[in-house]
Amino acid sequence: MAENIGVYVCHCGSNIAAVVDCEKIAQAASEWDNVVIARDYKYMCSDPGQNLIKKDIEEYGLTRVVVASCSPRMHEPTFRKTLEEAGLNGYLLEMANIREHCSWVSKDKEAATEKAIALTRGAVRRVVLHQPIKEREVPVNKATLVVGGGIAGIQAALQIANAGYPVYLVEKKPSIGGHMAQFDKTFPTLDCAACILTPKMVDVDRNQNIKLFTCSEVVEVDGYVGNFKVKVRKKPRYVDEEACTGCGDCESACVMKNRIPSEFEVGLGKRSAVYIPFPQAVPLKAAVDEENCLYLKKGKCKQSCVDACQREAIDFEQREEIVELEVGAIILATGFEIFDPSVGPQWGYGIYDNVITGLQFERITNASGPTGGKVLLKDGSEPKKVAILHCIGSRDENYNKYCSRVCCMSSVKFAHLVKEKTDAEVYEFYIDMRTFGKQYEEFYNRVQEEGVHFIRGKGAEVTEIGGELTVRAEDSLLGVYREIPVDLVILNTALVPCSDSEKVSQIFGVSRAESGFFLESHIKLDPISTTNQGIYLAGCCQSPKDIPDTVAQGSAAAAGALAAIATGKVTTSPISASVNEDICSGCKTCLNMCAYKAITFDENKKVAEINEAVCKGCGTCAATCPSGAITNSHFTTEQIFAQIEGVCENG
Amino acid sequence: MSKLKLAVYWTAACGGCDVAILDINERILQVDEAAEIVFWPLAADPKYDDVKNMPDDAIDVCLLHGAIRNSENEEMARVLRQKSKVMIAFGSCSAFGGIPGLANFFDKKEIFERVYRESESTAGKAGVYPSPAVIVPEGELTIPEFYDTVLTLDQVVEVDYYVPGCPPAVDTIWTALEAIITGELPLRGTVIAGVKTLCDECSRKKEEKKITEIKRPMEVEIDPERCLLEQGIVCCGPATRGGCGARCTSANMPCRGCYGPTDHSIDQGAKLVSAIASIIDSKDPEEIKKITHLLSDPAGTFYRFSLPGSMLRRKRKEDVS
Repeated sequence: MAENIGVYVCHCGSNIAAVVDCEKIAQAASEWDNVVIARDYKYMCSDPGQNLIKKDIEEYGLTRVVVASCSPRMHEPTFRKTLEEAGLNGYLLEMANIREHCSWVSKDKEAATEKAIALTRGAVRRVVLHQPIKEREVPVNKATLVVGGGIAGIQAALQIANAGYPVYLVEKKPSIGGHMAQFDKTFPTLDCAACILTPKMVDVDRNQNIKLFTCSEVVEVDGYVGNFKVKVRKKPRYVDEEACTGCGDCESACVMKNRIPSEFEVGLGKRSAVYIPFPQAVPLKAAVDEENCLYLKKGKCKQSCVDACQREAIDFEQREEIVELEVGAIILATGFEIFDPSVGPQWGYGIYDNVITGLQFERITNASGPTGGKVLLKDGSEPKKVAILHCIGSRDENYNKYCSRVCCMSSVKFAHLVKEKTDAEVYEFYIDMRTFGKQYEEFYNRVQEEGVHFIRGKGAEVTEIGGELTVRAEDSLLGVYREIPVDLVILNTALVPCSDSEKVSQIFGVSRAESGFFLESHIKLDPISTTNQGIYLAGCCQSPKDIPDTVAQGSAAAAGALAAIATGKVTTSPISASVNEDICSGCKTCLNMCAYKAITFDENKKVAEINEAVCKGCGTCAATCPSGAITNSHFTTEQIFAQIEGVCENG
Repeated sequence: MSKLKLAVYWTAACGGCDVAILDINERILQVDEAAEIVFWPLAADPKYDDVKNMPDDAIDVCLLHGAIRNSENEEMARVLRQKSKVMIAFGSCSAFGGIPGLANFFDKKEIFERVYRESESTAGKAGVYPSPAVIVPEGELTIPEFYDTVLTLDQVVEVDYYVPGCPPAVDTIWTALEAIITGELPLRGTVIAGVKTLCDECSRKKEEKKITEIKRPMEVEIDPERCLLEQGIVCCGPATRGGCGARCTSANMPCRGCYGPTDHSIDQGAKLVSAIASIIDSKDPEEIKKITHLLSDPAGTFYRFSLPGSMLRRKRKEDVS
């Protein structure tokens, strides 16, 4: 097959050229079959660089282009556009990554150049077999689904609703608010969390464009960008939301009153079986806890809640319902869970009374919390010595390798609050202090001046010595081993992925990173998109982050969704798999392999079928297909092998 | 019209393909009517020279079954190619290497060590290896050279058609013979068998491909209605060309893969590896390891008939970097 190929080798300033001999690649390329012009240039992605390609396409009648530069994830769209502008199909381009794969990973100039030549040769061989393919445009449904009603989901939902577009906000708990609603004060300004969150929660409730589903979970997602079909399971609240005024009479009347550990109070307070999760709950409606309601569980109860409710809102006949929604975009804001420190007996959690988690401390110090905001020990006395342990379950090879990002600052905040409310000595055990945000370092300095003892060393063990709670640590600044007796230990635990995140990732067809958090498209340049086009991430479900970052990402995800809604259409990648019906034997091996649920089985024809609009072109099915009936466009067997042969060939 | 001149020859093979030709039963009379068998060592008693002395293209069609294992196999393949207008790789051995091709998981040295030294049945002096030429009091004796690597027929000579199977099923043979007799031969290079994989003609019920265990046929009572793979029995059907009539699976035994890969797959063994890997229903690496370890002889199972003709071809040679 004769093609006219132009090869362009980018220096990327000195990023590539410092290690790889770009001129030598161009020279080698000029000798290869089909190559009519090979050049090297300082910055191929610059305007003059792109113009070079455009000019050559015209002058030399180029039919294919190879750019040897950075990762295609960086500039493939750029150069595709360059080709399109010169009248060539954008998919007649192939890139060789000689930066990330060569110059950035080697100091050996000769070896790096040799590898760069091999990769470029592979690209030249491959591009000959490229086929022009066209991107598809699909219309976009203007509604957005936001999953999770924490601050990330609230921010995203409000942003979109305020732009005038409909939003469905789905929250699995009876109230929105998420973890932020449980916090006391927020660093670095010490604003009360409720004071800044509650108005936003109320806005959600009042906004005409937002339809809120609480006690609800997404159970199925079908379709593709712009046209998702979603099934939401709305669990019964057993309370008529229209009738309930949130007065709390049922809660007081419940026979289980003060007998069920409250989730909101992290087990430090008790609630009834019919309850309002917290005073600022949105919607401010009671809900019956199926697991603990005597009537629902055993069928036997005097139903004093029913008698107490003047509005006759309690309705034990309510049943679960499935609501079907159609949306154009989905924002996942499913948040995080708190690491359970009882898995490590060395921290004494669950063993000693006065070892608590950071989230429990948030409740204790909160004016509406179980102690009315007083920092007290289990026996009701005031602590005299308080230890705050950083990195419990974070930055720890045995649990989670990552840094949870918020604990240093929240620990500093805890120290400040203890100091403010008691006369206790406060000891912070840290590995490194990470106070990198706006006004964070200043806040840390302020708390240092308040006389908090900062000990550089991880709190390795919490034990009891002579009846006294003691923290053991190696003080790495002093180089000594220390045992510090205290009477309250606050374990600042890691933020971990939700326990159902595997299930959620499957329902929405998004990937997870090694840490278990959802995987973004690009860690730096596209932290809000996922590999499933039209599905965005916001907040801690992507990675641990503080409130400012969460809010920013919530807005960013909303902007992503709004971009498609505003134009009314999106282009989808033309790279997709297809089944050759003449070859498919209906073995069904591929059916379970598609992460995007693009494959169905045609029972009449007895063959697999791929919905091109849903297919993301990942190639899993093509690799799986035992008969070779499935091919993935732009990644055909012939193209891949031509590339491999080009890379492996000598000279 | 003069009769069609037909040759049948075997190289590294078991002879089962010869018997399979006879299995067409009374239809052999139709073959006899249409064709004159000019060379068939199993049925007649020809000598090498008989065929060597023929003019080029004297044979209309040659059915050659067997892999190329030694220099004699190669020599005869070349001679027959020269004397034949149409060369057909008949049976899995000549088409993709077949059972003799499994020797490619070893090399000549290892095979000789095993056979002429280690083997429990080695009689006489251990460690005497065959050599192409040996001087004895009566003079020099020669035998063919044993190759390091088993080859397919088309790795030695040009092949016009392929008839796969170990042995080819009677219907497959008849389709080929009928095409030869009537002269209605398909496009050169065609594999005369099914186009789809075995699953298409296997009548077993296929529901969901998910397994948590790999079992050998003798370890379980096999459900005769359900897909064998879904019962945890490694069946090569999904990656194997059909056309055999699903003779194994209908006899409650898994497909062994003898019809080789389809036109659209390069490497049957690799396809089987990815197919089995795809249906293992676990995300836990330890559990996956446990399940895959239940499969005895994976290489021999996945490449049972196709190793020399596959992309893999043979085991890596240690002295080649």
